[in-house]
Amino acid sequence: MQRFKLGFAFTLVSYFCIVLLYVPSLAVIFFSVNDTRYGLSWRGWTLDWYRKLAQDPYILEAAWNSLVVAAVSTVVATVIGTALALGLSRIKKPGMLDLFVNLPIVVPDIIMAVALTMAFSILRAFSSLFDMGFFTLIVGHVTFQISFVALTVRSRLATMDKDMDLAAKDLNARFFFSFTRVTLPLLTPAIIAGAMLAFTLSLDDFIISFFTHGPNSVTLPIFIYASVKRGITPEIHALSTLMLIATVVLILLAERAATALTKRSRKAARKGLREAGGEAGAGGAGADGAAA
Amino acid sequence: MADWRGFWNTARGDSLRRRSFTLALLLPGALCLVVFLAAPCLSLVFLSLAERGEFGTIHWTLSLENYKRLIGFNLFGWSPDFLFIMLRSLREAFFTTLICVLLSYPLSFYIASRKSSFERFVWLILLTVPFCTNVVIRTYAWQLILGPGNPLAKLASFLTLQPPGAPLYPGFLAVYLGMITTFLPFTALPLYASIERMNWWLPMAARDLYAKKSTVFLSAILPQTIHGLYVGVVITFVPAMAMYVVTDILGGAKYMFIGNLIQHQFSQARDWPFGAALSLALMVLTLLSFALFKTSRLTRKGEMY
Repeated sequence: MQRFKLGFAFTLVSYFCIVLLYVPSLAVIFFSVNDTRYGLSWRGWTLDWYRKLAQDPYILEAAWNSLVVAAVSTVVATVIGTALALGLSRIKKPGMLDLFVNLPIVVPDIIMAVALTMAFSILRAFSSLFDMGFFTLIVGHVTFQISFVALTVRSRLATMDKDMDLAAKDLNARFFFSFTRVTLPLLTPAIIAGAMLAFTLSLDDFIISFFTHGPNSVTLPIFIYASVKRGITPEIHALSTLMLIATVVLILLAERAATALTKRSRKAARKGLREAGGEAGAGGAGADGAAA
Repeated sequence: MADWRGFWNTARGDSLRRRSFTLALLLPGALCLVVFLAAPCLSLVFLSLAERGEFGTIHWTLSLENYKRLIGFNLFGWSPDFLFIMLRSLREAFFTTLICVLLSYPLSFYIASRKSSFERFVWLILLTVPFCTNVVIRTYAWQLILGPGNPLAKLASFLTLQPPGAPLYPGFLAVYLGMITTFLPFTALPLYASIERMNWWLPMAARDLYAKKSTVFLSAILPQTIHGLYVGVVITFVPAMAMYVVTDILGGAKYMFIGNLIQHQFSQARDWPFGAALSLALMVLTLLSFALFKTSRLTRKGEMY
């Protein structure tokens, strides 16, 4: 694409947007190192709030809960979501199913939260597993993460060069072989990207967690929300600053991982193809051998 | 045993195996979505026809009482409180989306016009970070900025817009600031994706042919970016309509959205049937807005392209 010249107004609007987006976060960071409990004037630099944060058992518990929920739900959702994307790609006309999979993306999250609450209240009659707590929180997160993982993987499936898959087929590779050695390596970047997206979505989610959490499974966003209602303390600013930093690190990592993985995945897929080729060349039993 | 293996090698066996594999791939995800999302969403319809009993229990009657309440009929006659809340949600979501789109176009063009790929990367990261930052943090942060004694509040009282020493929240300005900063990346990122792929020769040719600026935009740029715009509008408008956090923290009790009302029914009020009716109303409003947007002249122009 050739670059072009734009008027000064475009620059102005762009910088205005960035200021608008970053002023709140900068204010939080500013107050997290400000040596005053009340009031908003600058009273000198301090790290006391961070120290207090590290000693607060409730905050540490909430942070741990957030991480556990995000990690577990991401792993589960990545597996289910990837399977869903692959399954859909094997159907010629997904039709209704297509819409159905995207439901969590188009349904407002508060309605999803309501739906989950209702499902749990009915299922509770059958099993105490569905009392509000870690399990319900994880199920809630998985339900919306699935669609986002499936969306990411499907967009990759749609643009992936089908040549490699077809080549594997031409070489008479058994389905299982071409799947594990060619398709999966090619999909890895998308799967990782989907998992990263699911992880951040889980860490960020407020409303669904708010509806489905129990007294023992308070996550960081819920904790911060409750503190905002009680009256904000500088410890909360420190906590939010740490979460901001974690977000930035996660994004940069995801970016790095995506570029590195795309290169490696192609290599791995080519290697898989060569192996398939070698076995097909070795004789008619090659394909059977690959499946075994 | 041998027959069994033979069957799998026939064409029918092969197709059966492929189908069952597809089904196995689809089943866990589909099951999860049915049990926890689709089925409860459908059961909202029945729940909305029930009534709240004493102490928040559910009486399974078949009545339209909740919908009557929704449009304003209550014990004391007619008051349009709930209708106002719904209209407010619609209006605020609409203007938030509009402002976000108006900001996103210049912003995306600016990013796309950067020469070095590193510079573009930095701008995109700058948009992605707020996109992934927790909404609770970004919202309460505005309380700090709009708080009493801060430059903005001082300026407002200097201009005699409000009494000195008062914060700028809760209120209309605070809600808009919170909403726009929450959703700007949602609109801008999909739009940028389609602007980056745009064929620039078209608008250039249009300009060379002395087309008016508005014509260049409407005929050469908009149709090419309509897909990104559509995605951006959808993922901005839907959550904006149902917003809970921003309106709760920056809007206060006087500035409720339908999202806050729904949350209230399912917690303090313990009136699930009415909450279900409200949820359905929210869904219908969202879907109707889309039907309108999809059939509007603007979108049709894009599809003609």
